[in-house]
Amino acid sequence: MMNASTVIFYILAALILGGGILSVISRKIFRAAIYLLFSLIGIAGLYFYLNYEFIAAVQVIVYVGGIVVLIIFSVFLTHESGRDMKKPALVRALFSFLATAFAFALTMSLIKKQEFIPTLNATVEPSVNNIGTQMLSTTQFGYILPFEVVSMLLLAAMIGCIVIAIKVKHPDEDMLKGNELKVPEDIDEPLNASL
Amino acid sequence: MGIGLLHILFVSIALFFIGVYGFLTRRNMITMLMSIELILNSININFIAFNKFLYSDKLDGLFFTVFIITIAAAEAAVAIAIIINLYRNYKSIDIEDADTMKY
Amino acid sequence: MLSAGLIALIPLLPIFCFVLIALVGKHAFPKFCGMLGTLSILGSFVLSVVVAFQYFFQVGKVNGVYQQLIPIKFEWLQFSPNVSIDMGILLDPISVMMILVVTFISLMVHIYSLGYMKGEERYATYYGFLGLFTFSMLGLVLSSNIFQIYIFWELVGVSSYLLIGFYFDRPSAVAAAKKAFIVTRFADLGFLIGILILAFYSGTLDFQTLITRLTTPTDQLNAITSASFMGMSALMWGLVLVFIGGAGKSAMFPLHIWLPDAMEGPTPVSALIHAATMVVAGVFLVARLFPIYSLSCPSALDVVAYVGIFSSFFAAIIACTQTDIKRVLAYSTMSQIGYMMFALGVSGYGGEHGLGYMASMFHLFTHAMFKALLFLGAGAVIHYVHSNEMKDMGGLRKLMPVTHITFLVACLAIAGIPPFAGFFSKEEILQAAFQSNKLIYVVAVVTAAITAFYMFRLYFSIFWNKSLTPALSKGEGDGHVHHSEGTVSMLMPLVILGALSLIAGFVPFGKLVTSDGKELLTEFHIGFSVAPVLLAAAGIWLAYSFYKKENARPQNMVDSMKRLYKNAYNKFYVDEIYLFITKKVIFNLIGRPAAWFDRNVVDGTMNMIATITEKTSYSIKALQSGKLQQYSIYFFSGVIGFVLLFIYLWK
Repeated sequence: MMNASTVIFYILAALILGGGILSVISRKIFRAAIYLLFSLIGIAGLYFYLNYEFIAAVQVIVYVGGIVVLIIFSVFLTHESGRDMKKPALVRALFSFLATAFAFALTMSLIKKQEFIPTLNATVEPSVNNIGTQMLSTTQFGYILPFEVVSMLLLAAMIGCIVIAIKVKHPDEDMLKGNELKVPEDIDEPLNASL
Repeated sequence: MGIGLLHILFVSIALFFIGVYGFLTRRNMITMLMSIELILNSININFIAFNKFLYSDKLDGLFFTVFIITIAAAEAAVAIAIIINLYRNYKSIDIEDADTMKY
Repeated sequence: MLSAGLIALIPLLPIFCFVLIALVGKHAFPKFCGMLGTLSILGSFVLSVVVAFQYFFQVGKVNGVYQQLIPIKFEWLQFSPNVSIDMGILLDPISVMMILVVTFISLMVHIYSLGYMKGEERYATYYGFLGLFTFSMLGLVLSSNIFQIYIFWELVGVSSYLLIGFYFDRPSAVAAAKKAFIVTRFADLGFLIGILILAFYSGTLDFQTLITRLTTPTDQLNAITSASFMGMSALMWGLVLVFIGGAGKSAMFPLHIWLPDAMEGPTPVSALIHAATMVVAGVFLVARLFPIYSLSCPSALDVVAYVGIFSSFFAAIIACTQTDIKRVLAYSTMSQIGYMMFALGVSGYGGEHGLGYMASMFHLFTHAMFKALLFLGAGAVIHYVHSNEMKDMGGLRKLMPVTHITFLVACLAIAGIPPFAGFFSKEEILQAAFQSNKLIYVVAVVTAAITAFYMFRLYFSIFWNKSLTPALSKGEGDGHVHHSEGTVSMLMPLVILGALSLIAGFVPFGKLVTSDGKELLTEFHIGFSVAPVLLAAAGIWLAYSFYKKENARPQNMVDSMKRLYKNAYNKFYVDEIYLFITKKVIFNLIGRPAAWFDRNVVDGTMNMIATITEKTSYSIKALQSGKLQQYSIYFFSGVIGFVLLFIYLWK
């Protein structure tokens, strides 16, 4: 019988998978981004459904509030928002579909056979209190080290983004405009090389 | 009949292969990036589901999810920086046009 | 007591000098290098005199027998617990005698070169090479290990190569250097194989152990004499191959072809290397292994004797026809070394029978003196006349009095006229030959007469004959030629060597250097000497009548023996035979097929591999399309493939 919980799950699953499918087949890039947004919101809902409120909140903040907005910005920056994207080649689409469908079937059949044994120990509540304590704990099973490493990674990524995306004025353009501003060669070279 | 682990795994695996399909067929780099986000999210669902249904005495799956989200954010930022730079140089974000590194 | 350090310094001084000149001196003080080299050799010479004195008169003799002493020895490369290459110094009568000869002649040549090579562009390099050569030669004679001698043997070959090719801007000098190197190298291959055979059967490389094991009835001696290959015992093979190495260095027929060409080098070098020291290395080698030859394998010694006497005679005939004075001297050297060789060949071991051995070493000693003198004198003449050809010379006795007298002394010495040095040693050799082999004796006496003839032909052509050559008298007019006879540094060695050629024969050699270290009393038969001396005098008289004044007699003689003369003048076409064998036979029958095989089969295989790789690469390069999605498809299908493989097929 269907109870409310089951219904909610099916709605969420439909939202996630429907958003995902539309996002990968939509011909308009802006719409694809919006479908992705729905899919991600659905995933956040799934976390809520499983009582992981903290992760659900993080999902909404980072993905919905951060990444999707970033993607939409980049869509605008590349002036592609209005145009239809090219259709994928039919042969490739067909083969990709067959391959992924086959792999999906394979994985599902394997998982069906697998017997999952849940633990019998006392449940730990995924409350913000518990999460925070364990994440910043320096004792055994504490996650302070990965936490710090990830913070370094974020810093590096931030600097890397700035370096990659920074707009370098080409010296030739300056010459054409009669602009006296000189960009030092040694900055110009590695950037061009990194492209 | 409650919702068990298998239901959620079905959703996550389906989402994973949707992402793979998108990655293989899309030619626009931004949409390929979106497919990658879908793949990463399906992994996150897996971690949370396993944590919830099999290892409820620990929080490890949750932490992995947190770190994956963090890294995904960083990755998306870097990828978009690269895409914008490519667009500036090639006036296109079609993956087929960026084939300078062939033979 | 002998000090090991001092002995080691004898060869080390020249090599230090070489390193110093090569690294620093050449650039920093090129003018001083000659003096430096001379001083280092002087040091070596003084040390060798001290060592020789101590060895012969203080420590060498135990119970009336000269011992073999090994003051220094350290293991260098070990192959197995028994076989190792050692570096050491072996002192016995012949090595002590040799270091004396080498350092003395080298000193003379160093002093002489101070004047002779003055103003040469590569003056410093020249002295560096001389130092290297002296070091190698001293190392060779002092070696305590047969492999050590081989190493120094090759070093000597290299320094000889460098010095022959000293004027490397002359194509003929380059060709001569290459020829010398290749011919001796070819002979050294035989030497190496000989060493390996001896070492394999005797299980050692050390001279003393080697000689003990192969002369007394031991398992090793049984093994090496019973093993046979192509009808000869392994011992015979080993000894003959070692002798081939020695024959290559000592210019024995048929490996002599490099020696006349080697005269392209500077004349003092010819005196040092190609007359007095290096070319007698072959004799020294046979003498070093003499107990084995003599006691265990007399048939190998017969080979030595016949090769020696044939080379001696053969070279003497060629020497009569040559017109280049240095070539005459080169063939004369070959002839005299042949003398030493057959003297060893007819000798026995120990006591009375060891006369030939002693005579050979004696002749080596005296020959070094007068042959060096001849070369240095010839050098002075060439320096004066600027030509090697006899026809450009004549009547020089007034212009070059010192050279004239010393050259005459040397000619008398080599001709064997008493009381000059050559007389004594030659008499001993003839006596040894007379006692053992009449045929060799007869040929040797005839050769001695021919020697006297061609040496005096040389002497009269240079110093008498024409009154004054046109080239020289013409030069007088414009004040070009008459620089003096030579500097003091050039004349002094001539005088010293001349004096020694006079008195060296009186050294009591029989007491000092013998085959078994015991004293050998030589009797002196006046009657025996009459025939050889008279024959030599006849040779001199013939030369006198032919060449004292310009006349037609030599030409008549040539006409009457046209065929022989032509053959001898062309050195019996040995060079041409070699050329024929190498160019026509070896190149065509072996070289070309080998080259074909190399080009088509060896290279072909490599080319085929390369071509296949290239073709394959071209056909699959499209896989690397630069398209990201293709790569991800490969990746994705790879993952699926592995999943299938590991889960369903790999159980």
